[in-house]
Amino acid sequence: MSLDLATTRRIAKLARIGLADAELETVRQKLDGILGWVDQLSEVDVEGVPPMVGTEMEALRQREDVVTDGNCQQAVLSCAPETSGPFYTVPKVVE
Amino acid sequence: MSYIIEGKTGSWEIVVGLEVHAQIISHSKLFSGASTKFGGEPNSQVSLVDAAFPGMLPVINRECVAQAVRTGLGLNARINLQSRFDRKNYFYADLPQGYQISQFEHPIVGEGSIEIELAGGETRQIGITRLHMEQDAGKLLHDQDPTRSFVDLNRSGVALMEIVSEPDIRAPEEAGAYLRKLRQILRYLGTCDGNMDEGSMRADVNVSVRKAGEPFRTRCEIKNVNSIRFVMQAIEIEAARQVEIWENGGEVDQETRLFDPGRGETRTMRSKEDAHDYRYFPDPDLLPLVIEQEWVDGLKAALPELPDAKRARFQQQYGVPFYDAGVLVAEQSVADFFETVAKGRDGKLAVTWVTGELFSALNRTGRTIENSPVSADALGKMLDLIADGTINGKIAKDVFEDMVETGESPDAIVEKKGLKQVTDTGVIDAAVDAIMAKHADKVAEYRSGKDKLFGFFVGQVMKETKGKANPALVNDALKAKLDA
Repeated sequence: MSLDLATTRRIAKLARIGLADAELETVRQKLDGILGWVDQLSEVDVEGVPPMVGTEMEALRQREDVVTDGNCQQAVLSCAPETSGPFYTVPKVVE
Repeated sequence: MSYIIEGKTGSWEIVVGLEVHAQIISHSKLFSGASTKFGGEPNSQVSLVDAAFPGMLPVINRECVAQAVRTGLGLNARINLQSRFDRKNYFYADLPQGYQISQFEHPIVGEGSIEIELAGGETRQIGITRLHMEQDAGKLLHDQDPTRSFVDLNRSGVALMEIVSEPDIRAPEEAGAYLRKLRQILRYLGTCDGNMDEGSMRADVNVSVRKAGEPFRTRCEIKNVNSIRFVMQAIEIEAARQVEIWENGGEVDQETRLFDPGRGETRTMRSKEDAHDYRYFPDPDLLPLVIEQEWVDGLKAALPELPDAKRARFQQQYGVPFYDAGVLVAEQSVADFFETVAKGRDGKLAVTWVTGELFSALNRTGRTIENSPVSADALGKMLDLIADGTINGKIAKDVFEDMVETGESPDAIVEKKGLKQVTDTGVIDAAVDAIMAKHADKVAEYRSGKDKLFGFFVGQVMKETKGKANPALVNDALKAKLDA
């Protein structure tokens, strides 16, 4: 398995990471290395073995439908780079 | 019902499937304890989970799961006891996490179906492919500032059901009937309020065209259409556009389009080149959702009666005709009103009054059934007065009008205005004699064979008694005296 430059560029675009052409080959090699490492897993025969999703609990913990949170506008907005009144603001996005 | 587009090269049929996003009715959000109330101060109903602060973990709301299961049961669908949540990755300013938690590979509800009714009473089954739960996004305001968009995350994380139909729809009218029926079922179940103008129900429409007997051709998806009428218009317009492309030797591109009702056109929103690549993968913060068959059975046992079942019961129990039964069950509040009126009374009479006099009174006064000027109990009491012979059907209409205007009880109105039906045969006989004396010429004509005059005499006698005479007794008395 080998990652090509076009795919590397596409992955960067999907992740909204700007890469200069000069950086592209380095990133491609590093990603390729990671993928190759993970790909070793496919050597294991897991035919008929259900996927393991956790070690302790087998099922999702559920909560009751009550309002216990929110009402913390200041906290929510506190880390925003930009706000206006009760809103976050971002560069205009209109599709 | 067939909807055919006649092109230069022959006839085309349309193939439509709908993806409906329905906001789940719950107090708190799908994965956080923040409130779901509509119309709160911006960013006040947001927890640190909804705002995607680092390290915050989602915990699922049991009631949202129950609502999805109820909806699945209402759609006669398979409930998957094990389902799973995935991350759908994309960047947009209304999505603080950078991914939407959704169910991609293993939805909570599998195949089901909805029966739709078309003009003329014809019915069709539309298949449901799946129903899954996911998070809603926040809201963007673009008109507050020339260079900035404003973000309100109150809606962020509210639970949605995405309900996907099979591509079984073949006409714009069928799409409309499907959406109306789906909305009706959701409202009966109390799982979604179905208000399309508030955005709590919205539809993505998949449209393609083909010639008879062909496999499917390329489809386009029209995003976020927010009324039933617009869905029907968008299908018509998009199908015509595609036919024109194919007939001119072109190819329809698979793409996402927007419907512009003002201009009556659909246009490209995203071409294939920028098509989203969502890179779904199982959300590592959430274990598989496992529910028990017993719990599902309990939810099923507690489901309210759904429109189709109620309609059948109204036909059977109250003798209501098929069409009228459909009108009554269209809204649960109307069905409940009818049933209060009809219980223990003449069902056919009840349906006539509810769909006749009552509906026209609501229309005239601009009221809805919820704040009807005449309560179901009052209308029922009035029917009792008809049944026990206190008033006749004609006087009942006057009494009803009075009830609409004054809100008084039917007994009080009958008492006050002296509208009690005359059943005293002495009084009726006297009236008949007076009329016969007054119209001796007509009596002679009648007796020489002009039977049709009988109606004239009935009318005159009723007029003489100010409409209060019991019509059956008038008939008897007239027959006896005229034929004597």
